[in-house]
Amino acid sequence: MSDFFTLTVLVAVVGSGVRLATPYLLAGLGETVGQKSGVLNLGIDGVMQLSAFSAYFVVLKTDNLMLGVLAGLAVGAVMGVFYGVITIVFKATQGISGIGIFIFGLGFSDLLFQRLVGTPKPIRQLPTIEIPFLSELPVVGEALFQHNPLTYVAFILVPVTILFLGKTTFGLNIRAVGENPHAADSLGVSVERTRYVAILIGNTMAGLAGVALVLELGIFQPNLTQGLGFIAVALVYFGSWRPSHVMAGALLYGLVNATVLQLKARNIIPLSFSELAAMAPAVLTIVALVILAQRVKGPAALTKPFIRH
Amino acid sequence: MGTSNTTKVLLEMRGITKRFPGVIANEDVDFDVRNGEVHTLLGENGAGKSTLMKIVFGLYQADEGEVLLRGEPIDIRSPSEAIAARIGMVHQHFMLVPPLTVAENVALGLSSSRRPFTDLAKVSTRISEISDAHGLAVDPSTEVWRLSVGERQRVEIIKALYRDAELLVLDEPTAVLTPQEVDDLFVILRRMVDDGRGLIFISHKLHEVMALSDRITVLRDGRVAGSTTPAEATRESLARMMVGREVRLTPHKGKVTVGDARLSIRNLTVIGDRGTPAVKNLSLDVLGGEILGIAGVSGNGQREFAEAVAGLRHTEPGGTITMDGADITTSSTRVRRNLGLAYVPEERMRDGVVAEFSVSENLVLVNHGSKEFTKRGLLATGAIRRRSTEMVKQFAVKTPTIDTPIASLSGGNIQKVVMARELSASPGVLLACQPTRGVDIGSAEYIHSRLIEQRERGAATLVVSEDLDEILGLADRIAVMYEGEIVAIIDSADAKREEIGLLMAGVLET
Repeated sequence: MSDFFTLTVLVAVVGSGVRLATPYLLAGLGETVGQKSGVLNLGIDGVMQLSAFSAYFVVLKTDNLMLGVLAGLAVGAVMGVFYGVITIVFKATQGISGIGIFIFGLGFSDLLFQRLVGTPKPIRQLPTIEIPFLSELPVVGEALFQHNPLTYVAFILVPVTILFLGKTTFGLNIRAVGENPHAADSLGVSVERTRYVAILIGNTMAGLAGVALVLELGIFQPNLTQGLGFIAVALVYFGSWRPSHVMAGALLYGLVNATVLQLKARNIIPLSFSELAAMAPAVLTIVALVILAQRVKGPAALTKPFIRH
Repeated sequence: MGTSNTTKVLLEMRGITKRFPGVIANEDVDFDVRNGEVHTLLGENGAGKSTLMKIVFGLYQADEGEVLLRGEPIDIRSPSEAIAARIGMVHQHFMLVPPLTVAENVALGLSSSRRPFTDLAKVSTRISEISDAHGLAVDPSTEVWRLSVGERQRVEIIKALYRDAELLVLDEPTAVLTPQEVDDLFVILRRMVDDGRGLIFISHKLHEVMALSDRITVLRDGRVAGSTTPAEATRESLARMMVGREVRLTPHKGKVTVGDARLSIRNLTVIGDRGTPAVKNLSLDVLGGEILGIAGVSGNGQREFAEAVAGLRHTEPGGTITMDGADITTSSTRVRRNLGLAYVPEERMRDGVVAEFSVSENLVLVNHGSKEFTKRGLLATGAIRRRSTEMVKQFAVKTPTIDTPIASLSGGNIQKVVMARELSASPGVLLACQPTRGVDIGSAEYIHSRLIEQRERGAATLVVSEDLDEILGLADRIAVMYEGEIVAIIDSADAKREEIGLLMAGVLET
């Protein structure tokens, strides 16, 4: 136990915690934007899997990481168009439609994988980029500034999302449409268009989360996400629809996860307990966020299709 | 702008017809507004006022007829086109986003000078200018949910003025205001009209219509029933135009000797939905043979009070509710009903009826388990049908059949069904909340006469209403509720509108 609390180990835990938090953060931020507009998307886990497979497949065939990322983003966007048609054009019930998207993503990515790849082959992973100067700082340098590009992107997107939702005209439209679409409509703001764009942003970011996951692992397998997308949806609720809180949740989740992995690797947790310990991140994160979350009400029009009357 | 504008026709609607599946909402309606005048659109619920105004605002398109704005034909296809044409609308249900600030609410939908970012500082400055110019005091940086109803109304008007509306439509703007707030609003509206704007005022409150309007057009069943001015009209003549027959506006009350207290409430405290006391240490007696009216602005604890009396909400220890000598403070609703309590709830569609059930089922709903309606565990269909047919006749419920789903009836007829059911047991104590809200004048007149009958029968009747005219017309004594307390009890013979209004606003102390 004593050798666990050395600086080297702690730095490694924080570093891998930040890395593990990345897909949760990307998916959670996207889901925040969507929910702020009043649209719940329970299907992001499925979107992540489809995007992860697309990125995997493109990198496998072309060995070009950039093309892989673009493929994952494109598939996310296409799924956004799809989800928009279901929820905005056909005004379907959002909860159940999202589950449908999840099952579709899970099954279709599996099918494509079996048909097009079959046996898992490793691909190139995202390179680690060391930020000049900052990465040389003692302790924090290694923990925070030696990551792959998508991790940096995810954390930069936190202030960007805060700014976007809080300070831009379009962000104001999104918030208004999620709270009282009729008010927005009466002022000439198109509820449908605003929600559509929010859904596109959310799904594209879910796609990016899938890409981050698969390019971090360097390999694809069926059900790669193992419910990660659902945790991300939960983070949005428990994070009271605030990007900074969603980030806190994602980080906590990543850090607990990294700690458990580290403890397991050092045989501090006996093998017989490892299954139980694997639950720790989810349990701890949810407990912490439930305690911390102020009783904030979500967007008033969340899950309610807009019908003019 | 001055008087030169007052003769110009701002908006003209000619031969407007709008059909919905199965209904004609507007038929061949002519309507116009000039600059510098208030033209009131008066009519019952469902007469077609809101439909006509939604056409003006681009929310609906007319099937026939034409709209002219400043003399030019115009086809308004969306709210943004209406706003661009300098038409503003203050909707009946506030079109505000409560978590956003006043400035954000005003800025919504406008293009910003700092694209893609918002320019709230600039918007706030302009809001303050408009506030000062029109006497619409409000702080731009406050979230709307913190504002009082009157302040929210001001925000709605500021929204329209910010967009430089020349024609302003106000759809029942006074429904949620205290009498003082109404007076303040009318001063503001008058000033706007004097600036040369044209105003369309939608209402069914006759004394307000008389006070504010320059011209009045009455709609009935989607058609224009007539046009007049306050100088030529009386409240009675307006009511006649609205309903199409003579209406008695003030119910006729005979002399009744009051008896003992049948409902006694002592030190009642009730916690509201927000977890804070909504009713505070309230004590009240309702006597047999009297109607006690509870006046107050919505949200001052009336709903929680009524629910506590009906047995739908827990009361805090220390308070008691007694009915005909029996302590019912913790009794179930069933026990209360058996003791003779009848309850006409405020939200009749939610708490008063089962929307999917038929008229007949709703009429026997409370008593369907009684010996009369249940034989050996099975519903006695024959007896139920006989009884409900009688009740429909007795209470003049307009329904195609007794098997019609209640949801397809008008508000007035649904309320008659609720009243018929609640009064069928000849209750000793009747609690009626907002008995005529959303009810047409004809049905309201009928419901009022039925309430007065209870008084003559010796029942204790408690009427909770936000409609001060209703309270003044019905009640023998008026209790004014403010912030969970009864601030005054006034004999209706001595009651003055202004005084009650001030008490409702919490301004006047007694």
